[in-house]
Amino acid sequence: MLDVSVSYDRYRFLGNEFLTWLWHAIENTPGLLPTIDPELAALEVGNRMVLENHAHEAPEVVTIKGDDAGLEEAMMALRKGAMVAEMNLHYRSGDHEWRFNLKGESLSLAGLKPPETGAVESQEEIEGALLERVYLCEKATGLVDALYGHFIHLRVSDGWKEETVPAIKKWIQSA
Amino acid sequence: MGLLSSSLAITRYRVEGEISSPLMDSVRDGLQKYSIQDIDNDAPDKAVGWTAWESPFSPAFEGDSFIVGPYVVFSLRIDKKTIPPKIIKKEQAKEMARRLADTDRTHLSRNEKREIRENIIQALSLRIPATPNVYELLWHPTDGWLWFFSTQKAANEELETLFSKSFKATLIRLFPYTIADLASGLTPDGRDRLGGLSPTRFTE
Repeated sequence: MLDVSVSYDRYRFLGNEFLTWLWHAIENTPGLLPTIDPELAALEVGNRMVLENHAHEAPEVVTIKGDDAGLEEAMMALRKGAMVAEMNLHYRSGDHEWRFNLKGESLSLAGLKPPETGAVESQEEIEGALLERVYLCEKATGLVDALYGHFIHLRVSDGWKEETVPAIKKWIQSA
Repeated sequence: MGLLSSSLAITRYRVEGEISSPLMDSVRDGLQKYSIQDIDNDAPDKAVGWTAWESPFSPAFEGDSFIVGPYVVFSLRIDKKTIPPKIIKKEQAKEMARRLADTDRTHLSRNEKREIRENIIQALSLRIPATPNVYELLWHPTDGWLWFFSTQKAANEELETLFSKSFKATLIRLFPYTIADLASGLTPDGRDRLGGLSPTRFTE
């Protein structure tokens, strides 16, 4: 395997391509998502999106945030060559909902709000609460792994250039 | 931003390397050997070490207190003394004035000024308490993965260094390339293709 810091920089575009692909999939092929995560009830773009355009010497960053913010400016940034660098996601499975920010560069989760669990009232309950929390967090990391796993298999296949890239280009130009 | 907080940040790692058997004894030894040392009344301006998850200000790793089900749960603590620059400047000015008066001179050499500044920083370090920052982590030693509940670059780098020293194992940060290479189940041909990828342009 390549040196970690070298590979972090050389392939950092993969994370932004993944998030751009994911936004396209959420908008255009929602039927695909439950085939990747059978327990997925819904996956939506939340209240924050960051886009980066590295086409110029000084990268341009566009941040859209707020519950009522539309994504028209984000789409305009895509048309100018930007990629999604960070995205807030709302994931529902069964009766539960998870919210988190996913950063393309690192695929780390920030601001993760798993479903609420009962209050911890005694020392004896801490261990149970912790195990439940880990289980709930694993649902979110498992979703990211499943989606990214699907993306990366697609990315190294011929289908990426032949089908996926033209479909995303068409979406960007027509929106 | 810990495990039971309402909002979490997670950086994920793969643990590479065999931890000596018996596993939990080796983990306990590493935690005890590199537990955080108090620097409040000492000269160092920074300390990095492990501390207990439930009692971060009194590190103790006796018994099985750090084992929860299949996981090992503990915290990284980074204590740092931050002396406000204006206080250093004030104390330095006072000391320089005193030195000039004592020696009946009008100027101090560059070396004397540097020496005064270093002595002041050392003296202040003994008086100023360190500010602690605590970052929880969850480790599944059998399955070889770890979650660190912070995405701060500096904290992640301290974690990687201390973990390697403590347990003689390497933390590999999981990010788009390493997940693709190590954890996505790509075939050898797929991994070859991964190495040759270049950025896609969706606008050309």
